[in-house]
Amino acid sequence: MFQNLIDFLLNDFFITGDPLILGAQVSIGLSMVAVVFALTYFKKWRWLWTEWLTTVDHKRIGIMYIIASILMLFRGGVDALLMRVQLAVPQVEFLHADHYNAIFTTHGVIMILFMAMPLMFGLFNIVVPLQIGARDVAYPFLNSLSFWMFFFGAMLFNVSFVIGGSPDAGWLAYPPLSELSGSPGLGQDFYIWGIQISGIGSLATGINFVVTILKMRAPGMKLMKMPMFVWSVLSSCITIMFAFPILTVTLFLLFIDRYFGAHFFTLDGGGNPMMYINLIWMWGHPEVYIVILPAFGIFSEIVSAFSKKKLFGYKSMVFALMSISFFSFFTWAHHFFTMGSGANVNAFFAVTTMLIAIPTGVKVFNWLFTMFRGKLTFPTPMLWTIAFIPCFVVGGMTGVMLSVAPADFQFHNSYFLIAHFHQVLIGGVVFGYFAGLYYWWPKMFGFKLHEGLGKWAFWLWNIGFYVCFMPQYALGLMGMTRRFNEYNFDMGWQPLNVVSTVGAFIMGLAFLFQVWQIAHSIKFYKKEPTGDSWDGRTLEWSIPSPAPLYNFARVPVVDSEDAWWEEKQRLANGGKPKPLAPLEPIHMPKNSAIPFLISVSFFVMGFGFVWDWKWMIIPGAIGVAICMLARSFSYDTDYYIPVDEIERTEAALGGTK
Amino acid sequence: MRRYIRVLTPLLIMLMAVLLSGCGEQYLVLDPKGPIGESQKDLIYITTILCLVIVVPVLILTGYIVWRYRDKKGNNAPYQPNWNHSTKLEIIWWSIPIVIIAILAIVTAKYTYELEPSKPIASAKAPITIEVTSLDWKWLFTYPEEGISTVNYLQIPEGTPIQFRLTSDTAMNSFWIPQLGGQIYTMSGMAMTLYLQADEIGNYYGSGANFTGEHFAQMTFNVKTTSEDDYKAWVQEVKTTAPALTQEGFEKLTEPSVETVQSFSSFPEGLFQKVVMQYIGEGGSAHHHGGSTAAEEDTNMDHDMDMSDTDMKDMDGMDMNHDQETSTNQHSH
Repeated sequence: MFQNLIDFLLNDFFITGDPLILGAQVSIGLSMVAVVFALTYFKKWRWLWTEWLTTVDHKRIGIMYIIASILMLFRGGVDALLMRVQLAVPQVEFLHADHYNAIFTTHGVIMILFMAMPLMFGLFNIVVPLQIGARDVAYPFLNSLSFWMFFFGAMLFNVSFVIGGSPDAGWLAYPPLSELSGSPGLGQDFYIWGIQISGIGSLATGINFVVTILKMRAPGMKLMKMPMFVWSVLSSCITIMFAFPILTVTLFLLFIDRYFGAHFFTLDGGGNPMMYINLIWMWGHPEVYIVILPAFGIFSEIVSAFSKKKLFGYKSMVFALMSISFFSFFTWAHHFFTMGSGANVNAFFAVTTMLIAIPTGVKVFNWLFTMFRGKLTFPTPMLWTIAFIPCFVVGGMTGVMLSVAPADFQFHNSYFLIAHFHQVLIGGVVFGYFAGLYYWWPKMFGFKLHEGLGKWAFWLWNIGFYVCFMPQYALGLMGMTRRFNEYNFDMGWQPLNVVSTVGAFIMGLAFLFQVWQIAHSIKFYKKEPTGDSWDGRTLEWSIPSPAPLYNFARVPVVDSEDAWWEEKQRLANGGKPKPLAPLEPIHMPKNSAIPFLISVSFFVMGFGFVWDWKWMIIPGAIGVAICMLARSFSYDTDYYIPVDEIERTEAALGGTK
Repeated sequence: MRRYIRVLTPLLIMLMAVLLSGCGEQYLVLDPKGPIGESQKDLIYITTILCLVIVVPVLILTGYIVWRYRDKKGNNAPYQPNWNHSTKLEIIWWSIPIVIIAILAIVTAKYTYELEPSKPIASAKAPITIEVTSLDWKWLFTYPEEGISTVNYLQIPEGTPIQFRLTSDTAMNSFWIPQLGGQIYTMSGMAMTLYLQADEIGNYYGSGANFTGEHFAQMTFNVKTTSEDDYKAWVQEVKTTAPALTQEGFEKLTEPSVETVQSFSSFPEGLFQKVVMQYIGEGGSAHHHGGSTAAEEDTNMDHDMDMSDTDMKDMDGMDMNHDQETSTNQHSH
């Protein structure tokens, strides 16, 4: 009996026999022990539980999203470096084919779903309520639930690489390869459940922010007076609301195929794998716009703040955002022009894809003309923004080239495609979120990140990026196909692959510089003297950093697009401060353990489904049900902060505002 | 700092231009040896130039604006903090991309119809049919007219259109010979058509471009293009010296493995059709299409026929029309 258990653990449960994975297992084990020890030693368990795990405060949830996404960036980045090493020395079997396939699969899933998405949600959480003058999001409880669903979904996905086996059918898991016939292992089940659980969180976040933006704006903030970042979040969240249900349904059908033996996407029994490819891209293409649109919003904020000038072409910008989000639903088939759908279909999707270049191009012009006749300064957020423009313009250009259907027959699945989407995703999304992170960091923590180290990181990232990905365009034209784990030396691909690998390691070094930058800035903590670190334009800069629990002691009244900037201008021109309204008790949501517990239950249930252990599925499902019932019958969910407490807090923060 | 970016950006663009324009033999896509690849290369150049028309000025403008309006002592560039709208300017930069994209869309649509993979190549010579089956992890090529078959190796005569008929035994792959022209997916239960032609004698690299599992990187093959006489001699040689591919032999090939180059003097009758039809009728009998024989299906499988799914009657009708449309307007090269 005991022997059987040991055998099971060593043969099936834990992945054994690979020194790289063993190293990871040992380091994961050690760091878990270290965390538990530290929490116990410093008596921080209660603090962790009451201040963080059960919090419904959007600012703290935002910080947790960002921490999780940086950890995932590390994991996805290590995956990338391992791949690059293998491709630089294809003659050596650094990674076995199976391991290589698992790594490019997890790299893709993690970077899009567990790095870009949470980093984006983190910034939504931190910034949106502050920019619209709200005290929290519309549904704080749901917000906490979204985070924990994402977190435990991501954990379920990540655990597969030490327990049970990683998925290895590509990041979008095309059937029939991802069906039982092609992937009999557990990796694909971890994939389905990890993404399903976190997907529910993403959908809920989308709904939450749409409602927040539509219903919670400060008085006077008409839709056309919202900061551009808020517009970008709105367009992105509307896209989430329409796209994510498709993902959930698609993966659910795949789950039914694998678990109950249905035939939606199987080879036999009337299944049609091509249907899956259509469905997954109906989500997948909007998904890339979901992550890029908020980056556009961030650039709009930053370019205006550091040009000391109003954003140019506000209406055009809004129209461009909304039309990109609309057209994103009509381009999915450009991911498989080579499926042979015929000239009519291909021509249609080629043209819809190109159409997106128009509003995107207009946005670039508007950013440029925001800088035109401005006064430009170049702290790190602005550096990332300026680096973004040429990078994204070139990446967008190769995107248009790919959209030309007959030419795509030659680009498809080659390194040209890889270079393109990394250029828009790194040059657009990652640069954008970094810019946002540097910009709003003082608002989150009350201190700025060290500029010198930040510039080092910036230059290393940029140089590394071009060294890594420019050669990949060339490799694509040389006929190199994506997902090859080895190739023949005679193809002449090796020199450029070596260059590309060097570039990847430069980006790895840049990441280390950022970690150093954060550590350094914490060590030499220097409190920001005011809440307005960058001489900002929007409402978040009108309150102290970090913002108090209730954000605004008095709800601001807005009458222009750059409300805080206009107010500062008015006062500088000798205007009188507005009379302060008397403080009123502030209505706030209470913390709740239910989001955490319900997500743990989902994790247990998902883990049970992966292994098909009914004894684990049932308690997990019961846990979910109990949590839902408990929430339905709990009426004590809110409280008021009394006026004297607000006065004390405000006095301590040193502001009377 | 600004200086670096100003120098760096054009340098990188130039580097890219050099890489892209490098017409070295290694740039397979830009060194085509057949009419389809040639047209696709032209199209790549046309679209690149059209894009550069707008991208280059934007990059220059970016560099200029960033340098001109930097906040530095002695920089007396105008500063207009409240200037945020100009209808005239906005009309200009809405219309420039619209015009470029309109031109691009017209070019693309034209080429999309012209280069539709299933459209025959106009030629005095009758096309040779080669059936392509992607297996885990090797390619099986059957020559129905010659009655021979090969694994991971293609030989074709120069200057003759080749009609590839493609399917997959399991997972979806993609059949790609960069120097002859673009790729197309091989999908189980469907028979795709792709016309290619090689105009020069030589050896061309071919690969499976869509991931199909563990050893998919091993699915590369050589396309040897010879004179017509050499081709005939090779067919003759295979017929006389190579072993036969039996049904058993084929089933062995369908098992996951990596294979070297092989030739066979014959193959089981109707093998390709059987592979295409193999999943139909098992559990999908509800979708069967009354009475049509394998031969009939064959004529209708030119496009994206999904035999296992949907109503065959409708699909037949649609695709027949489509066939007529495309076959009347041949390639003009």
